Amino acid sequence: MTGRLVRVVGPLVEVDGLSGATMFEVVDLGPDGIPGEVVAIRGGTATVQAYEYTGGLRPGDAAVGRGHPLSARLGPGLLGGVFDGLLRPLAGAPVRLAAGAVRESGPPGSWPLTPCVEVGALVEPGDLLATVTTAGPLAHRVLVPPGVRGRVAAVAPAGPCAGDAVVAQVGGVAVPLTTTWPIRRPRPSAERLDAAQALRTGQRVLDLLFPVARGSTAAVPGGFGTGKTVLLQQLAKWCDADVIVYVGCGERGNEMADVVADLQELEDPRTGGRLTDRTVIVANTSDMPMMAREASIYAGATVAEYFRDMGYDVVVIADSTSRWAEALREFASRTGALPAEEGFPADLASAIAAFYERAGRVRTLGGREGSVTVVGAVSPPGGDLAEPVTAQTQRFVRCVWTLDRDLAYARHYPAVSWSGSFSRDAERLGSWHARQGDPAWARRRAEIGDLLAEADRLSALAELVGAGALPGRERMVLLAGRLLRESVLQQSALSATDATCDPAKAAALADAVLAVADRCQQLVDAGVPAAMVEETDFTPLVRAREEVGPDDAAGVRAHLETMLARLTELLP
Amino acid sequence: MTSLDSSVEYGDVRELRGPLLVVRGVRGVGWDEFVRVRLDSGELRHGLVLEVDRDLAVVQVLEGTEGMDPGGTWLRFAGEPLRVPVGLGWLGRVCNGRGEPVDGGPPIPGVTTAAVAGQPLNPMLREPPADPVLTGVSAIDALTTLVRGQKLPIFSVPGLPSLELAAQVAAQATVGAAAFSVVFAAMGITHADAATLRDVLEERSAAGELVLLLNTADEPVVERILTPRIALTVAEHLAFGSGRHVLVVMADMTSYAEALREVSAARGEIPARRAYPGYLYSDLASLYERCGRIRGHAGSVTVLPVLTMPAGDITHPVPDLTGYITEGQVVLSAQLHARGIYPPVDTLASLSRLMRRGAGAGRTRADHLDLAAQLLAALDRARQVRELADLVGTAALSQTDRAFLAFEETFERVLVHQRRDEARPLEETLDRAWQAAAVLPRRELTMLSAELLDRHYAPAHAAAAAERRG
Ligand SMILES: Nc1ncnc2c1ncn2[C@@H]1O[C@H](COP(=O)(O)OP(=O)(O)O)[C@@H](O)[C@H]1O
Ligand SMILES: [Mg+2]
Repeated sequence: MTGRLVRVVGPLVEVDGLSGATMFEVVDLGPDGIPGEVVAIRGGTATVQAYEYTGGLRPGDAAVGRGHPLSARLGPGLLGGVFDGLLRPLAGAPVRLAAGAVRESGPPGSWPLTPCVEVGALVEPGDLLATVTTAGPLAHRVLVPPGVRGRVAAVAPAGPCAGDAVVAQVGGVAVPLTTTWPIRRPRPSAERLDAAQALRTGQRVLDLLFPVARGSTAAVPGGFGTGKTVLLQQLAKWCDADVIVYVGCGERGNEMADVVADLQELEDPRTGGRLTDRTVIVANTSDMPMMAREASIYAGATVAEYFRDMGYDVVVIADSTSRWAEALREFASRTGALPAEEGFPADLASAIAAFYERAGRVRTLGGREGSVTVVGAVSPPGGDLAEPVTAQTQRFVRCVWTLDRDLAYARHYPAVSWSGSFSRDAERLGSWHARQGDPAWARRRAEIGDLLAEADRLSALAELVGAGALPGRERMVLLAGRLLRESVLQQSALSATDATCDPAKAAALADAVLAVADRCQQLVDAGVPAAMVEETDFTPLVRAREEVGPDDAAGVRAHLETMLARLTELLP
Repeated sequence: MTSLDSSVEYGDVRELRGPLLVVRGVRGVGWDEFVRVRLDSGELRHGLVLEVDRDLAVVQVLEGTEGMDPGGTWLRFAGEPLRVPVGLGWLGRVCNGRGEPVDGGPPIPGVTTAAVAGQPLNPMLREPPADPVLTGVSAIDALTTLVRGQKLPIFSVPGLPSLELAAQVAAQATVGAAAFSVVFAAMGITHADAATLRDVLEERSAAGELVLLLNTADEPVVERILTPRIALTVAEHLAFGSGRHVLVVMADMTSYAEALREVSAARGEIPARRAYPGYLYSDLASLYERCGRIRGHAGSVTVLPVLTMPAGDITHPVPDLTGYITEGQVVLSAQLHARGIYPPVDTLASLSRLMRRGAGAGRTRADHLDLAAQLLAALDRARQVRELADLVGTAALSQTDRAFLAFEETFERVLVHQRRDEARPLEETLDRAWQAAAVLPRRELTMLSAELLDRHYAPAHAAAAAERRG
C-alpha cells in the first residue's frame, strides 16, 4: 500500500494513508526510497523515523511499506566487510553517501559449500546443514533457522554456492545461504551457561585487575581523549575471541579508516590469518545520518548472535553508546515525548538494559557453546560520570573500566582508573585461572590492588607533607606504586612489542615489580637510606615491558635479575 | 514528482518569531530547501526550510526577521538546498558570512556549484591522514603536530590570543612543495579583529592562497550558520577538485553555536545541556567531519576550529562536544599567558591524536615521537613537583625534583615561546626540544632509547643555550 507524506521535520516524517502499516515496519520514503521505520501510529497517520537525510522530501511524496521490520542480512559476506548502520555494505558505495546511495546488498558473491546433512534427515533449529569457506580460517556454518524443523527434502551439492541460493529445503521451508533477522529481536538460544571463562584482552590492566568473562558486559566511560577508542581498538585487535563485531557509532571517519587499515595489515596471532577476516565492521560515522546510529547498535548485536549460534565466541564493541542514546533522545524530542533526565526519553534505562542483555554465554539451539561479550564506550558530557547514560549503564554491566582524565593527561595509557573501575567477574575468574594453571592469579590481583591503594593513600599524604617527611617503609610503598604504574599498568598501543601481552608475560611483569618492591623494603630495613633507593636507575625494570616480546616471560625475569642485582649493590 | 516552479511567490505569512517565519499555502516545498525572501522595501533576504507540514512551511531567515512585516514579505522556494559556486575563483577573495564579496571585486564565478550542506563521506574511502602540516609554531609542530586531513581545534579563554595564533598558523603554515590554500571563516569577530586579520593574512591573500569569509559581531547571528558551511564547501572543491591541501580555520565556533541555540530556542525545542539543542553534537560533527583525505585524490582538508570556553570551562557543551569530535585539541592557558609566554599552549592538556601518523621518520624526524612523549612525561612530573614545591618550598625538594622545575622553565622559554611573526623551521623546533630535555639527568629520560640519547643528548650544550637565551 502507498501512503503520502504530510509532514517532514528532519528525520521525523509523518505519513497519511499507510493503511495496514505495523509498528517498526520499514517504509520507503519519497522518490529515492529513503528507508524509515514506523515508530508510532495515531489515527490514520504513521510517524516514521527516517534513516537518511530527508532534504527535498515534501508533503505529497509517496511512502511504501515493505511489510517487514528492519532486518539484517546475515550471510558469508559479513566477515571482513564494512557496513553502514543498517548493515548495508559500504564497499562499492560511492565516495559521497547521498540519500539513497547505499544499496541493500552488495554484488552477489559465491562461496565454496560443503553439505553436512543427507536428504531425508530429520533436523531441528540450530542443526548444521552445511559449511562454507569464507575469507578467514573460520568455518561458516549454515544452520537450520529458529522455528524451522522437519525432514531435509533437498540439499545443495558441494561446490560454489551463491549468496542468495537455497542451501536446503527443510520441512517445506527453503533455507537460503543469506538469511535475514529483525535487528531489534534477540536471536533465541537454548540456555544461558553459568561457568565463567576469561576473555583475554591482551591489556594487562584488564587481565590482571579487571577481567571480563566471555559472554559478560563491560562499559568504558571516559571524557574525550582519555583513550576509549584506542582501548576498544586494542580489544578488537588482540582479545582472544573468534569474531569481533566493531560498531563505530557516531564517531570519527578517520578512526574507522584507521581501524580498517590496521586490521587489514595485522596478523591474527592465534590463526595466522589477517585480523580483518575475523571482524565485521559497522560504521556509522558522526557525519552519517544520526538515526542510523540507533539501528547500528542492534544490527551489531544481531550479527554477533548469528556467529554465536554457529558456536563461536564473539565480542561486540560499540563506540560510542552515548551517540546511540543521543539519537534516541533526538528522535524522542521530535515526537514531542515527555523528556526525563537531561532530555533523554523515560525509557532510556530499559533501552540500555535491553542492549546489554543481548550479551551472554549460551548453549545454542544446535547444542554448541557460544558467547556474545558486549563492550561499550560511554562518552559522558563534560566528563560527568553522574550523567544519565553513564549512570544507567553502570547499573547494567558487569565490568566498568573507567578512564581517568588525569591519567590520560599524564600520558598514562591505558588510562584505566584502578580506584574507579570494577569487575564483578573477577572472583569467578580467580578459580578459572587456578584451573588453567595460574593459582597465584587471585593473590597477585589482590596484592597489586592493595599496593596501588596504599600508594594512593600515601601520595595524598605526601602531597601535604612532602615525600621526604614520610618514613622509609612508606616511601618504598610510594616507589612500588610508581613502578607498578610504569612497568605493568602502562601499555602503549603503539608499541611494536607491548601492544598486546600474553598472560605469562603479564604475570611475570607484575611478579617482578612485587619482588623489587619487597627487595626495596628489605634495603631500607637494612639501613639503606630511602633516597638512595629512590634515586636508583630502575630502567631495567621499567623498560622490560617494551624490550621483550609479547609472550616473553623469561625475558622479563632476566630483566628482574639485573634489577635485583643492581639493588643488592646498594647494601653497605 | 513534478519539478517545482520557483517563480511562484508565496505571501501568506502567518507568523514571525525570532529568526523564524511561518508561511501558509505552499505546495511542493521540500525540507531543507533554500528560500529567497523579498520585502516590500525591495530588500532581499535568505532562508532555509526547517519544517514542512502539509501547506505550512517554517523558514529560518538567515538575516533575521528584524523590520519584516507579515503583510509585506514574499517567499520563493528554490526547489533545492542552498548551493554556492565552487572553484579556484575564490582564491584571493574576501567575502561576508554569506559568501558575497566585500572586497570590491566581481561576484565569484559560478560555473560549478555545490550544495553547502555537504554529504557524508564513505568511511571506507577515506585515506588515513599521514603527513604533517607544518605551522612554524613550535608548540604545535613539536607536541601536537597538525596532520593533513585532521580536525584540531584551539580551545581558548576570553582574553587570550587565540585569534592571533590562528592567524599566525593561517599565515605561515606549509606542506612542503605541494599546493596549499587557506580558507578562513571568521564568525562574530569584532571589526578591530577583522582588520588585524586582514592585515596578517594580506600576503597570503595577495599570493592567491587565501579565501577570507568575515561575519562580524554586528552582522546577523543566524548568518553564521551558513559561514562555516560555505567555507567547507569551497575547501572541499579546492582539495578534491583541484588537488590542493587546504586548511580551514573557523573562528569562533562558540559564536556559531550561539546562532544554533538561537534558532533552536525560537523553535521551542527541548534543550539539552545549557540550553543548547540536543543535536549540537551531530551538527558540529557535520562540519568538522568534512575534513579528511579521499582515496585516489591528491588533496586534503584540514580543519582548525577556534573556540572560547566561556569562563574557561572545558566542560561547557561547545568545547566538550567539539573535543568529542575532533582529533585532539590545542588548549591555551591563562597562567602561561600571564607569564608572558606566547603562544600560551598548555601542552599537557593538548593532544594531537593523529600525530603518531603524521610525525616521525619519513614525516618529520625519526626522533620526534619519542622525544615528544618524553617531554610530556617530564612535564607531568614537573607539574607534580611544582605543586609540591608550592606547599613545602623549593628548598625541601630533592636535586632531581629541582631538575624537573628547571626543565619546565627551559621548555617554556626555549621551546614554546616565540614571536607572533616567527615561522620556526621544524629542525630548529626539534633541536630546541632536545635542549629542554638535556636539562634533566640522563637517567630520568627513560622513554628515550640509548641510541637516541647518544645521538642528541648534550647537557652542557643545553645549559649554555639556556644561558644565552636567558
Ligand atoms: N593505550 C594507548 N597507548 C598509546 N596511546 C594512547 C592509548 N590510549 C590513548 N592513547 C592516546 O590518546 C589519544 C586519545 O585516545 P582515544 O582513544 O581516541 O580517546 P577517546 O576515544 O576516549 O576520545 C590517542 O590518539 C592516543 O594518542
Ligand atoms: Mg573515541
